[in-house]
Amino acid sequence: MSTPRVLLAAVLAALLLLAGCRREGGVAETVLHFWGLGREGEVVAELVPDFERTHPGIRVEVQQIPWSAAHEKLLTAFVGGSTPDLAQLGNTWIPEFVALRALAPLTPWIDRSAAVRPEHYFPGIWSTNVVAGTPYGIPWYVDTRLLFYRKDILAAAGYSTLPVTWPEWRAAMEAVKRQVGADRYAIFLPLNEWAQPVILGLQNGSPLLGDEWSRGAFREPAFRDAFDFYLDMFRDGLAPPVGNNEIANMYQEFARGYFAMVVTGPWNLGEFRRRLPAEVQDAWATAPFPGPDAAHPGVSLAGGSSLVLFASSPRQDAAWKFIEYLSAPAQQLRFYALTGDLPAQVAAWEDSSLAADPNIRVFRDQLLRVVATPMIPEWEQIAMRVQERSEMAARGAVPADSALALLDEDVERILEKRRWLLARARERGEGAP
Amino acid sequence: MSARGARIERRKARAAWLFLAPALGLIGLFFVLPVAAGLLLSLTDFDIYAIGAPDTARFVGLKNYAATLTSSLFWQALRNTLYFVLVGGPLSVVVSLGAALLLHARAVRLRSLFRTIYFAPVVTTLVAVAIVWRYLYHPRYGFLNHALGWFGLGPIDWLGDPMWAMPGIILLAVWKNFGYNMLIFVAGLGSIPEELYEAASIDGASAWQRFRNVTLPGLAPVFLFVGVTTMIGYFQLFAEPYVMTQGGPLRSTTSVVLLMYEEGFRWWRMGIASTMAVLLLVITLAGALLQLGLRRGERA
Repeated sequence: MSTPRVLLAAVLAALLLLAGCRREGGVAETVLHFWGLGREGEVVAELVPDFERTHPGIRVEVQQIPWSAAHEKLLTAFVGGSTPDLAQLGNTWIPEFVALRALAPLTPWIDRSAAVRPEHYFPGIWSTNVVAGTPYGIPWYVDTRLLFYRKDILAAAGYSTLPVTWPEWRAAMEAVKRQVGADRYAIFLPLNEWAQPVILGLQNGSPLLGDEWSRGAFREPAFRDAFDFYLDMFRDGLAPPVGNNEIANMYQEFARGYFAMVVTGPWNLGEFRRRLPAEVQDAWATAPFPGPDAAHPGVSLAGGSSLVLFASSPRQDAAWKFIEYLSAPAQQLRFYALTGDLPAQVAAWEDSSLAADPNIRVFRDQLLRVVATPMIPEWEQIAMRVQERSEMAARGAVPADSALALLDEDVERILEKRRWLLARARERGEGAP
Repeated sequence: MSARGARIERRKARAAWLFLAPALGLIGLFFVLPVAAGLLLSLTDFDIYAIGAPDTARFVGLKNYAATLTSSLFWQALRNTLYFVLVGGPLSVVVSLGAALLLHARAVRLRSLFRTIYFAPVVTTLVAVAIVWRYLYHPRYGFLNHALGWFGLGPIDWLGDPMWAMPGIILLAVWKNFGYNMLIFVAGLGSIPEELYEAASIDGASAWQRFRNVTLPGLAPVFLFVGVTTMIGYFQLFAEPYVMTQGGPLRSTTSVVLLMYEEGFRWWRMGIASTMAVLLLVITLAGALLQLGLRRGERA
């Protein structure tokens, strides 16, 4: 035998030995692969040891994926047949992955589970996980949008709290504008975000899309009126017609009083505490959205992340145990303490760490009034068009009517495939795609 | 030709193919095949539904082309790209030539040091560069607006104003890329025989006349190469707007490739994305042929 051959044989023998050891050592061990996104993916690792201790025989391997790459990576993994056992998914992505048939329907597990019951969750949030009557995800943490405002500026304009209806809200903004003058504003509605016009439309009862979500309904009166309400804030100088890029540092400007209100989400609870200077720390508060009429609060978006099982995983039973573990109120609270992400289990909100802070309690009120955006894979694409067309109208590039007509045209084109699929399913007597 | 000669020829041909095979194989696998697949894909409506259930992919003929060519977004992206190519391309070549002339000047010391400095942006990661440039472009605290202030010029919202965003991107791209062409020009300048300059000087030619009648004609082949590669490269505009503006504001920096990326990898409308790729290939090819034709016409 020549030297290289000897070497090769030795390496092979060593490998065989190693493989043998592994099999022997891990007789009953199930290894779960979990993909967590962004900060959550980083932090969830701290919850794993307790799970592994209480569930001998199951090991969880967490892979952290940055949010910006997550969508592509998950899709690529699905196409390549290398999806994990379970993953965190932004809840607006669920319809898309259901359309791909990548996710396992969770009905059998939920039916047998005592820990995870639909009634334990905010109804609007739960509904974002249900496609055609079947749940595909379990809410992990939740988010929504509401108003952060400067109490002192509102008080100077004669308002001790934020009004609850649109007309009063509008009057309050006018009062603030009179108070602060030409170079400051009542509210900041970033033009690079779609959430603001969409929320106002939803509050006014617009379904956004019609005909089983196969056509745009943006020219219908419900959205049209809300859109006018939105644009009027820019036309009348209550809101600066700018995006986040042009504001550069939202916290600085909020502290300086450049605007008195801003529509944003729970991640800013922590950021405001960290970044605002001490002198305005007591001067800000959160408030639920006003509604177009007396029904208060006005609805907002049902956001957040869900935990999903992949259809191709052979370890779904073990993976479900991990979902149950992460859904227990105790773990939800630990997770809240680590990340600041708001718990999806309503029971966890009784804990003093959440109930004691009035700014957080407001989120609970708002979360009881949230609705899902249309549950179709194309929604994100449509939302982007809403943002673009709204920005055009708010910057005065096109009149409101043309912006909405263009938007409906865009949506018509985007949903062509969906209409074809619906027609085909109807012909064959199947359910909606 | 004798039978023996023919046999030798055949053997030679076989050897030639054998030597060519690895290269041809690679080109076939990594170029011809993907291009053909892209061409086929552009005739279907392959999308996110088709990934889950392949039977929902339809052969749609030229419908993607019709849809793309009637989409105002595509035309806007094409306009933005042409703006970038027609303004940024020549600007970058002129800056490269200027830098090369400076480096070539006999009076300059520390030539290799400057060459390295000018070349550094080319090899720096764009994402890192973009962070610094975002600060330079900041409307209120940025250095660029501060500098404009010295001349009494008002602040410009570089990346937030639809009118200024593309000039901002062009400025960044030119700064980032001029070093590469500069090196090619430096090599080109070095190959112009010194005697020509001497002869011109003796004939009493001024510096400008020497540049006009000796340097420029001497660089003609270099210009052709630089022109074509720069144009092809600039048609592929992607990373700069991707990291600086995400195509905004108001889509004013969305290039064709950025739009293609969005359609393909964000929305998974592979059919439309492939269509855009084919169209861009045709446009780039036309541009390259035009340049070659112009040069040939000049020479004739």
